[in-house]
Amino acid sequence: MKTMQLQKADAGVAILTLNAEGSMNVVNDAFIADMESATKQIAEDDGITGVILTSAKSSFMAGADLKQLVNGFGTLTVKEAYAFSKRATDMHRAIEKSGKPWVAAINGLALGGGFELALACHRRILVDDAKVQVGLPEVNVGLLPGSGGTVRLGLIAGMKTALDLLLSGRSVGPAEALKLKIVDEVVSADTLIDAAKAWLATGPDPVKPWDVKGWTPPQKKGLTVPEDSTAYMMAAGGLAKVGYNQPAPLAILNCVFQGLQLPFDKALAVEGKYFAKLLTDPVARNIIRTTFISKQAAEKGARRPEGFEKFAAKKVGVLGAGMMGAGIAYVSANAGIEVILIDRDTATAQKGKDYASKVLGKLIEKGKTTQDKADAVLARITPTDDFALLDGCDLVVEAVFEDTGIKAETTRKAEAVLPDHAVFASNTSTLPISQLAQASQRPDQFIGLHFFSPVERMGLVEVIMGKQTSKATLAKGLDYIAQLRKTPIVVNDSRGFYTSRVFQMLIHEGAAMLAEGVPPAVIENAAKAVGMPVGPLALLDELTLDLPLKIVDQAIAEEGDAYTPPAGVAVMRRMKDEIGRSSRKAGGAFYDYPEGGKKHLWKGLADHFPVKAGWDIEEIKQRYLYAQAMETARCLEENVLETPQDADLGAIYGWGFPAWTGGTISYIDTIGIDKFVQESDRLAQLYGPRFLPSAWLRDKAARGEDFYTPASETTVKEPVPA
Amino acid sequence: MEAYIYDHVRTPRGKGRPDGALHEISSVEMATQLLKALQSRNNLDTALLDDVIIGMAQPVGEQGGVLARAAVLQAGYAQTVAGQQIHRFCATGLDAVSLIAAQVHAGMIDAGIGGGVESMSRTVMGYDSGAWTSDPAVAFGNYYAPQGIGADIIATLDGYTREDVDGFAVESQRKAAHAWEQGYFQRSIVPVTDVLGEVILDRDEHMRPGTTVESLAKLKPAFEGYGKAGFEAVGKAKYPELEEINYVHHGGNSSGIVDGSGLVLVGSKAFGEKAGLKPRGRIRSYANIGSEPTIMLTAPTAVSRKALKAGGMTEKDIDLWELNEAFASVVMRFQRDLDIPDDRINVNGGAIAMGHPLGATGAMILGTVLDELERRDAATGLITLCAANGLGTAAIIERV
Repeated sequence: MKTMQLQKADAGVAILTLNAEGSMNVVNDAFIADMESATKQIAEDDGITGVILTSAKSSFMAGADLKQLVNGFGTLTVKEAYAFSKRATDMHRAIEKSGKPWVAAINGLALGGGFELALACHRRILVDDAKVQVGLPEVNVGLLPGSGGTVRLGLIAGMKTALDLLLSGRSVGPAEALKLKIVDEVVSADTLIDAAKAWLATGPDPVKPWDVKGWTPPQKKGLTVPEDSTAYMMAAGGLAKVGYNQPAPLAILNCVFQGLQLPFDKALAVEGKYFAKLLTDPVARNIIRTTFISKQAAEKGARRPEGFEKFAAKKVGVLGAGMMGAGIAYVSANAGIEVILIDRDTATAQKGKDYASKVLGKLIEKGKTTQDKADAVLARITPTDDFALLDGCDLVVEAVFEDTGIKAETTRKAEAVLPDHAVFASNTSTLPISQLAQASQRPDQFIGLHFFSPVERMGLVEVIMGKQTSKATLAKGLDYIAQLRKTPIVVNDSRGFYTSRVFQMLIHEGAAMLAEGVPPAVIENAAKAVGMPVGPLALLDELTLDLPLKIVDQAIAEEGDAYTPPAGVAVMRRMKDEIGRSSRKAGGAFYDYPEGGKKHLWKGLADHFPVKAGWDIEEIKQRYLYAQAMETARCLEENVLETPQDADLGAIYGWGFPAWTGGTISYIDTIGIDKFVQESDRLAQLYGPRFLPSAWLRDKAARGEDFYTPASETTVKEPVPA
Repeated sequence: MEAYIYDHVRTPRGKGRPDGALHEISSVEMATQLLKALQSRNNLDTALLDDVIIGMAQPVGEQGGVLARAAVLQAGYAQTVAGQQIHRFCATGLDAVSLIAAQVHAGMIDAGIGGGVESMSRTVMGYDSGAWTSDPAVAFGNYYAPQGIGADIIATLDGYTREDVDGFAVESQRKAAHAWEQGYFQRSIVPVTDVLGEVILDRDEHMRPGTTVESLAKLKPAFEGYGKAGFEAVGKAKYPELEEINYVHHGGNSSGIVDGSGLVLVGSKAFGEKAGLKPRGRIRSYANIGSEPTIMLTAPTAVSRKALKAGGMTEKDIDLWELNEAFASVVMRFQRDLDIPDDRINVNGGAIAMGHPLGATGAMILGTVLDELERRDAATGLITLCAANGLGTAAIIERV
């Protein structure tokens, strides 16, 4: 057996140790085959009276191999998916009915398939280590804990706890796991195996309660019990908070509802059917592919050019101590990098450093770091107005005011001091990198590193290649992002790069609808209904109308008549110039902010943008998704983007495009490019050329070509567990 | 064939709580006492009856099975009288009368009794749940939300403020108190007696005649908790034009929880002649309808129009309107939709003041309208109720 070893110890105890190749144990075909034969061997060996199941890795088992799961999408029929699920279910059932007591000695992390395995055992003993977590997080990848996870958890922990854990996907530490009764015992690491042996020595009954004749499911009376009926009513209502785009939460609730009413094996079968439906649903594929496989690949250097030595920045300069500069300084110092934080005077630079103190203070409050560690981070940040301190920096990030002249001057002053090897990165979100690089003496070492706000919370960095940026510089930029443990995407230089450009489509679409007579609440609710975290009007209030309008003005100045202004410009200009409401900062734009009260849509909108009947919520939702997806397709066509993975990661992590879609490009593939083009043509007729598919896209559609092709799939050598 | 109303009776409504006067009276006993009263008031040969339909919104436990048949036997009616149970949530009581009338219209029966019973103190709401509210596979995808959420959505969409709905409730209390003072209900009330044969309740117990907008202002909104638990999101998914839900309903401006029963005796002309009874009115038309189920409570407008059309009538032909006061906003929306003046609708108060014994209410308010038509010497009345799941029923009666 390649993934586990079976050893016999004293007193009839067999120890089955999970020990797959690689750094962790995961559920895959090899594991299932091994477990099937090990279980058979154990059942048939009269010399074995009890089994201890543990792991040789630091974790017990991390879950299923998502890569394998996602690869089945599109080829697996729902019946094959059910058969696949049933095999794992039967594997656990064989353990449970082996006639021998099995005890899971959970020596480390046990998530998903790993914890389902433990649930199939007759007893669970968890190591007493606050860092160790157990749980069933499958809902987060659009799936449900199959192979008996929902059924056993419901029976062991009860409906309420099971629904809480299954629907949130949250994992719990030893103390809570014991309290919730999902483990039976918590012991120190050095006594784990002894505790397991001690339990086996008591001669425990290897028959689970549900396998005892006469057992009845706890909710056999179904909805005739008013308390249960109310609980399911509330649970179904609670799902609405997650929205109506994801099939997994409802499937999980259905499994628990059925699982607590049906005889055990029937419950397992129903769960397997729901699992099969989810596994063959594009939502699971989309979530897994982008948020696990592509994300981890990007973080492990999928876009890093080969042949360059690994770079580790030891000292970086951050130019500009405003909100972005302060955040970049903090995350750099937090990654162990020495930081020179420069602004026009030391006091201003100090304010930037104070931001780091504030963030760290909150972490100390929450117990997430210690004063000593925080002090060490702060000690790495030197606030100053003296460019001379940039001497010895491996990389600088410029985050000064978005003005070409100011940026050029900053570049010259920094390069005067910087060592030859240093990378100069600009955090601009709007100005073309190649244009900024003109101020540089070494444009090949000039790159865009576009961080998102707030820097310490937003994981994405959009890397922008200028015309002259070298591959060596890209490699260094990506290595620096890896030091910060952030997720990079790589794009080529153009107006707004990728994320800002497509994000504009969202806010302009929302603004444009106001002029069409769509009620403002509908504009906001429709965006939230597709899964955007915030409505476009609320976004504009935070962003200020000045910003998108400035982008438009700049484009008009540069391109003149060749430039087609985006859809919402007229509304934005009216709000700002005629009505005099431009942002939350300036007292409110689309929203009012009553003192001490909750913000609400500005009542005056109805006078300026009278509401008209006839809006269609489904079409409004479609417009949001299509407008962004279409602009992303254009970015691929224009080579601003080079891969669908960059597109999707940028969409989800850059501006909160809903994860169930897998990102803007996965969304097109999910709809089907043919239908996407057809529908876009219809929308273009109704709402304007921003929806009009290009000849390139039409050709692609005519060829029936998806954006993701086998060739574009990210290759990941390691399994990706969940 | 015409279907005539020969008589109707109702119990007074007891508070639907353990300290309510009718809590010790079982559901079947309430129905039995009314059946006995109908027999004795009319000196009725019960062998002339074909069917008794008694509905309830919770046909479980003591209200389960075919309560009507048990009550028929318990009341000593001829054993040939059939019984039937129906369930259409709050529309039940009126629908039972309509179904008796429909059987008469069809020539299927000569006469029968329709109505409903509900002991809300003994058969607590939620005993009968069903797939629509509680099977996740049905509830989620169909955007189920509790009724109170629907009532608050109506208020939000129509712009009714807390003061508006509380003002409506105060009027209901005032009108009900006045009607009781003047004895308008006297003719149809059958006092309920206990095991000893003593009268245990002879007057609606739920009313609070002194209610003011100021006193109601102290009550907390009842449905915000449901909203925050997720049903606000359900509501917004169905009504994206809602920025927020304005939670204005509470116990004081929603229908009261009570125990009670109401029955209506309906038959053909030939039956009246055989029984020696004079018809008091006739049932001109009736209708049922389904409407948008999340907001749930807006069917009365459409179902009333449907009943008007079936009766060959228009809004102008109706002298008195009666819409069960499930929630204040329900009646306010209806009144606005059909442009009904205040002095033509629920003229003697409604369920906000006197309570709403779910499955019984429809039969009770049909009787209330008939009594009031006689008192005013007016001709026509339309009775309607909203019901769970977006259902609604209406019937039009006229005096003969």
